[in-house]
Amino acid sequence: MNDTPFIEIDHVTFGYDSRRTILKDLSLQFQRGKVTAVLGGSGCGKTTLLRLIGGVHAANSGRVVFDGEVVDTRNKAQLLRLRRRLGMLFQFGALFTDLSVFDNVAFPLREMTDLPEVLIRDIVLMKLNAVGLRGAAALRISEVSGGMARRVALARAIALDPELIMYDEPFAGLDLVSMGVAAKLIRTLTDVTGATTLLISHDVPQCMAISDWVVLMATGGRVVAQGTPAELMASQDPEVRQFVRGEPDGPVKFHYPAPPVAQDFGLGASA
Amino acid sequence: MKALQMLGQRTLDILASWGRGAQFFLELLQAVPAAIARPGLVVAQIHAIGNRSLVIILASGMAVGFVLALQLYNTLTTFGAAESLGLVVNLSLVRELGPVVTALLFAGRAGTSLTAEIGLMKAGEQIAAMELMAIDPKARVLAPRFLGGILSMPLLAALFSAIGILGAYVVAVLLIGIDAGNFWSIQQNGVDVWRDVGNGVVKSAVFGVICTAVALYQGYETEATPEGVAYATTRTVVMASLGVLAMDFILTALMFSTP
Amino acid sequence: MNKKSTEILVGLFVALGALALLFLALKAANLATFGNGGATYTLQARFDNIGGLKPRAPVRSAGVNVGRITSISLDTQTYQGVVTLEIKEGVNFPKDSSAKILTAGLLGDQYIGIEPGGDEKNLVGGDVIKQTQSAVVLENLISQFLFSKAADSGGGAGAPAQ
Repeated sequence: MNDTPFIEIDHVTFGYDSRRTILKDLSLQFQRGKVTAVLGGSGCGKTTLLRLIGGVHAANSGRVVFDGEVVDTRNKAQLLRLRRRLGMLFQFGALFTDLSVFDNVAFPLREMTDLPEVLIRDIVLMKLNAVGLRGAAALRISEVSGGMARRVALARAIALDPELIMYDEPFAGLDLVSMGVAAKLIRTLTDVTGATTLLISHDVPQCMAISDWVVLMATGGRVVAQGTPAELMASQDPEVRQFVRGEPDGPVKFHYPAPPVAQDFGLGASA
Repeated sequence: MKALQMLGQRTLDILASWGRGAQFFLELLQAVPAAIARPGLVVAQIHAIGNRSLVIILASGMAVGFVLALQLYNTLTTFGAAESLGLVVNLSLVRELGPVVTALLFAGRAGTSLTAEIGLMKAGEQIAAMELMAIDPKARVLAPRFLGGILSMPLLAALFSAIGILGAYVVAVLLIGIDAGNFWSIQQNGVDVWRDVGNGVVKSAVFGVICTAVALYQGYETEATPEGVAYATTRTVVMASLGVLAMDFILTALMFSTP
Repeated sequence: MNKKSTEILVGLFVALGALALLFLALKAANLATFGNGGATYTLQARFDNIGGLKPRAPVRSAGVNVGRITSISLDTQTYQGVVTLEIKEGVNFPKDSSAKILTAGLLGDQYIGIEPGGDEKNLVGGDVIKQTQSAVVLENLISQFLFSKAADSGGGAGAPAQ
């Protein structure tokens, strides 16, 4: 079996504009067929990472390698080819609100393939069945709950059986039951299809439960630590411990930088 | 010195946004052939844009026809030219008011709804989702709406003018008592189908392009916040209306200055 | 299905719009009077002064529309205005008919009126109408009037002096 990583981030630096650099000289690897979780606080560049892999933005320096090919955002044909092999689950689903559940899942099939409607119907129902929503196919998007919407989005993401599935905060805003369902689906999909899975989240328990490899990032795109879930849970590094245990204060400070209390409240200024 | 710098920066920003707008427009045009290949999408958009504007266009057209007839009658009788009432209303509508008023109403009704729809789609990451599915959102979402707008506008303007003339008929013939035969024949003699009606259709098509393109651009570029969307819809109405009025001036000068 | 009803409604909208356009073109404009399918033949007429005549102005005989002016140009050899007319097929005028530039109403648009002559042979496509009467130019009219008035009073004044 192929031992090269499916996705490789090679010394990538990226910022949306010259003032803010989100990722600084970041290097990461995502192994084939494994679930890799990228954890970190808000604003550390996790979503930006997904966008770079999807070729939405071009890295300022460094390379993004997709299954051995360097991603060139100016090469439309290459982007088309690569994007057909990936499926992405957006943070709140990003479902097409003007279409029904069925039409949402059928969308990639209808747009990207020439399959006849009969075949598409079967595939859509199979995908919905995989996420447990075969009975909800006729519902409109406005009629489904948040957790269900997330599952519909998942069904849509896997409609074309992608080799790389990326999840942007799949557990955000879900109740425990829905979270459990989502986690189970993510793990099962990877095991059954052999897809490479990239999981962006700040939900520590769920991620630890289903991932093969965990990367912890901090602001500035810095990799604080990476390893198996067990390794990270047992780590003695204060930054890792703070994040993993959810402690309010530690290397990541509670207080936003501010002038001393006395100055703001005018205490003891003039006697 | 600071003020001058700010002014310079503002000017550069405005120029940059015009540049982006021009680039957007060109990309939109490039996506049109793809939309023509999907008539189902265009038809759905004509429904959303055209059909849904019918009520306000017809109501306004009839009202304008009534009012024009009433107002002009007073002035025309002082010149003994009351018989020309139909002709004057017709020319006013077909050459100017039909295309322009329809365009302004269109910008308000259809333009704002397009801007809000695209803006919210962008905010909900639907556009990004499409891009990552390797589907060009300009071809799938924007171009059908663009075509829908361009096709709807001339039809709406024609309906506005037609119902305006009928409204004038009601006032002139049924209320005031001008002879019906004269009402129509003077129009038939005085209105040229190519010069007046035809140019009116051309105008409304051009206005359709302006209103729809502006609406789509504002929606696409808006910030993904409630204030951003509100601001964008305001800008759509203002810019589209100004564009229509400016273009109307140019087109009228081109089409109607030399008899 | 929802899609079907959308298509029907859009079809209705387009039909209504097309109807409105047809209405404007036929009932409220001059498309009906000059169908594009109507066969026509071309004549020419030369005038010393065409006055306010414009292209697409009507050509009438006995007040009835029989054709349209297609173009007006200046003959640089004879310095006459050359007007090209299109007459409906089937309406023929004798070779010695005359073309006058008349005004519709008191201050209306100008048009060409054709008065038939008595020749046995008719004008055919490509012919030139020989007899023409130019437009009435207001200034000439006024100066004529003043001149004749002056002549009258001059003659009258002259008589007593005799």
